[in-house]
Amino acid sequence: MLDAIKFYQTGSNTVGNRLLNPSMRAVQASSDRPNTLISGHRACQGCGEALGARYAIDAAMRATGGQLMIANATGCLEVFSTPYPESAWRLPWIHSLFGNAAAVGAGLAVAARVRAKKAGNANVPRVIAQGGDGGTTDIGFGPLSGMFERNDDVLYICYDNQAYMNTGVQRSSATPPAARTATTQLVGAEPGNDWGKGKNVPLIAMAHGIPYVATASVADLKDLEYKVEKAMSFHGARYIQILVPCPLGWGCASGSTVTVARLAMESGFYPIFEAEYGKITSVRKIRQKQPVLNFLKLQRRYAHLTGKKADPKVLARIQAMCDDNIKSFDLLGDEIPETVPVAVQALERSHQI
Amino acid sequence: MLKQIEGSLGIAEAVALCRPGAICAYPISPQTHIVENLGKMVKTGQLQDCEFLNVESEFSAMSVSIGASAGGVRAYTATASQGLLFMTEGIYNAAGLGLPIVMTVASRAIGAPINIWNDHSDSLSQRDSGWLQLFCESNQDALDTHIMAFKIAEEVGLPVMVCMDGFVLTHAFERLDLPSQEQVDQFLPAYEPREFLDPKEPISMGAMVGPEAFTELRILQQRKMLKAIPIIERVTKEYREITGHHSGGLLDCYNCENADVKLIIMGSTVGTAKDAVDELKAQGINAGVISLKAFRPFPYDEIRAAIGDTKNVVIVERSFSYGARGILHPEVSRAMRGKDTNIYTAVCGLGGRAILGTTIKGIVKHCLDGKFCDELTWFDVDSKVINSYLKDAEGITLPEGPLPESVLLDTLQKVRA
Amino acid sequence: MLQIRLHGRGGQGVVTAAEMLSLSAFLEGHFAQAFPSFGSERTGAPVVAYARIDDKEIRTHEPILEPNAVVVQDKTLLGAVDVFSGISPDGYAIINSAESAEVVVPELVKKLPAGHVLTVPATDFAMQKIGRPLPGAPMLAALAAATNVFALESVQKSFQTRYPGKVGDANAETAALAYEYIKNLMNGGNNA
Repeated sequence: MLDAIKFYQTGSNTVGNRLLNPSMRAVQASSDRPNTLISGHRACQGCGEALGARYAIDAAMRATGGQLMIANATGCLEVFSTPYPESAWRLPWIHSLFGNAAAVGAGLAVAARVRAKKAGNANVPRVIAQGGDGGTTDIGFGPLSGMFERNDDVLYICYDNQAYMNTGVQRSSATPPAARTATTQLVGAEPGNDWGKGKNVPLIAMAHGIPYVATASVADLKDLEYKVEKAMSFHGARYIQILVPCPLGWGCASGSTVTVARLAMESGFYPIFEAEYGKITSVRKIRQKQPVLNFLKLQRRYAHLTGKKADPKVLARIQAMCDDNIKSFDLLGDEIPETVPVAVQALERSHQI
Repeated sequence: MLKQIEGSLGIAEAVALCRPGAICAYPISPQTHIVENLGKMVKTGQLQDCEFLNVESEFSAMSVSIGASAGGVRAYTATASQGLLFMTEGIYNAAGLGLPIVMTVASRAIGAPINIWNDHSDSLSQRDSGWLQLFCESNQDALDTHIMAFKIAEEVGLPVMVCMDGFVLTHAFERLDLPSQEQVDQFLPAYEPREFLDPKEPISMGAMVGPEAFTELRILQQRKMLKAIPIIERVTKEYREITGHHSGGLLDCYNCENADVKLIIMGSTVGTAKDAVDELKAQGINAGVISLKAFRPFPYDEIRAAIGDTKNVVIVERSFSYGARGILHPEVSRAMRGKDTNIYTAVCGLGGRAILGTTIKGIVKHCLDGKFCDELTWFDVDSKVINSYLKDAEGITLPEGPLPESVLLDTLQKVRA
Repeated sequence: MLQIRLHGRGGQGVVTAAEMLSLSAFLEGHFAQAFPSFGSERTGAPVVAYARIDDKEIRTHEPILEPNAVVVQDKTLLGAVDVFSGISPDGYAIINSAESAEVVVPELVKKLPAGHVLTVPATDFAMQKIGRPLPGAPMLAALAAATNVFALESVQKSFQTRYPGKVGDANAETAALAYEYIKNLMNGGNNA
């Protein structure tokens, strides 16, 4: 469906809903959208995670006819949405721990199935487990992998803002190299986050052979909605990782969340693709290729790469990573990669040797 | 129905009779046989409307149980020792969320040094987790307590840990009387969760609570614990009436009338101690056994009543608190506040060292001979093992026999001098 | 209360034998208890299991230090483990061996009452009928024959309950061979 929509507006990369017929419009464009994550919560201005969650969960609500439950990991999303005695969630929602959302989700799915079976009800509520990158790629990784391996009927959504924002911007295994965090300070010979570390969880998810894996971005909300709806058309373990810029943690203007996210896509910094049963099925192509510098210079976490004292070699290394992504995911060509692309960490690590 | 089966199979049968909806398992000795049996029952269809999940860690076993319980089905899991510690974060969480999960702890020591055998240091490490902790003296008691545990958990609105001695009970092959499905259905009605995640009536569970209400929520949690005491008593009474089994309860007294010394014991040692005090009685020595079933909530009033005017009480503990003393002692002391009861702790049976009838008789005689000089005394100690280290390291040797705490302190003074 | 200690090696079904012993007694209406020595022993390592039989509820859970009967499923343990430690003066000892008790354990024969120390070629019987060296059933049958505490039929039924079908039946046949062997021996017959 999305391939059919290929047009740009002058001066903006936004796809205007008003130009689409109603059936193609975004869930959020509808006046009767579920508003599952309702206004009044405590997210920061320009919070990419709040934006991503609102679109993702509303799309899932539409896909499931409102038969949806959420297990939420500890993190910003949980903290800003449910300060006792208030809750911004208008669907069944549970927060248990930081590292166990995938397992709690698996338990919810069991309960939903068993209750529906006992009641003779064919309509089984569906389950989403969600968390930030820390709760997903680090502390919750074991339960996540276990959920994948068992093919539990859970869609796991990772809102990837590339660091532990809730605790004050510390490094996670999703933090990109050279980025400043509170635990990878801009000091020493190699300022910012280490090179040759971290992990590519979407590729790891694919290696589990689960039915559906996708990456998405708040810069392309229709694509995000489409992927969530697609994910809900599958049963079994599914994984969507959404790039959600954090203005506070990244040091960018709160009005630039979508712009920064778009530049991450258009520079090849964050490849957007989907995969079924371990094979890539579509890649979101770059529309207007951007040098990674344009992405970096909007963020103070990369201030050391853009000022007068910037080391051009580091910038070149990040550009090389983006180029490698462009090549291995064929982000500029017309093809879909036949083999699973190599995680960009491989380039970094071979670079180190 | 009478069966001659392994304790673990008995527990599995009992859990199955309670019609759980989700059972989660991660292997750790000595609880494995319980979940193996349950997994088989689900797979053969003997246990219907239930799913069995093999998870990748105890942390996930507890987390899946949390999800399943929040989703509105009876959830059960089992663990021990290191596994219990690995799921600790989830254990506290389940209590805070008020989820009526039932979990078996096949009590086992905690490493290092690694040790797979029985003592109570794993269960007691979760003392302050907010779970009810019920100890079992026999496999029949354990079987019955599991069935009662579901009802207690659901009425109180808190999770229940059923603690049974690893190996000693789980692996013992004994005569067990299983209640019928009709009896259990009569006792434990179909599960109606008080609140659960339901798209028809959405709720948010596990919100963040700040200083403005946290204390109050803790008070309400404590209130539930206090409420559990009469609930345990009533549920036990109901169960006994239906099955005729004398199991469960807050505590149980044996030979306590006119006893000159009373032993407070948790777990399978109670059976051994009953035989031992019978033998002592034949010799004219009157010792009673108080089998403490409910450790959390702690039945202060009932312990006070059970001890009564007896002057000497010895708590036989299979665990202790490093840098402090026995774990039960402060509780018993609180129960006896204002009375001049002599309360001692005998630590023995750690890491699977068998507590023999002779151990129990030795403790009773030690007490009646007035030999307890400290609050804490170690029994059944092999002084050769200690001395083989201390003699070389510090030039100190410890005497043979029961080891009072003051002897250890004296050796430290020698070092200081 | 009758207390029985079973010795063998990991893989020989020592724990199962203790369990089947308790099941045999249970089938005859007794209270019985069986438990292993709770090791993490691997195949081939010495293993101990215990069983108790009584006519009232068995409450104790201590290991058996003073057995009324000792069952030795593997003769090679005799030199390695003090298998007869604590055996009561009128106790029974059943040893898996084709040789006579006087040859295998001459000192024990002298110590215990006549006819209380018996050998039975349980492994040979097992190989004949089961085709695997699992001496549990014949050893229990031998104990039954020697002590009359429980019947051969109970031993057979316990194995048939645990292993329905061919395996259980083979165990039952093996048990019968051992039972006859011991009865014959006790009646003064000569084994060969």
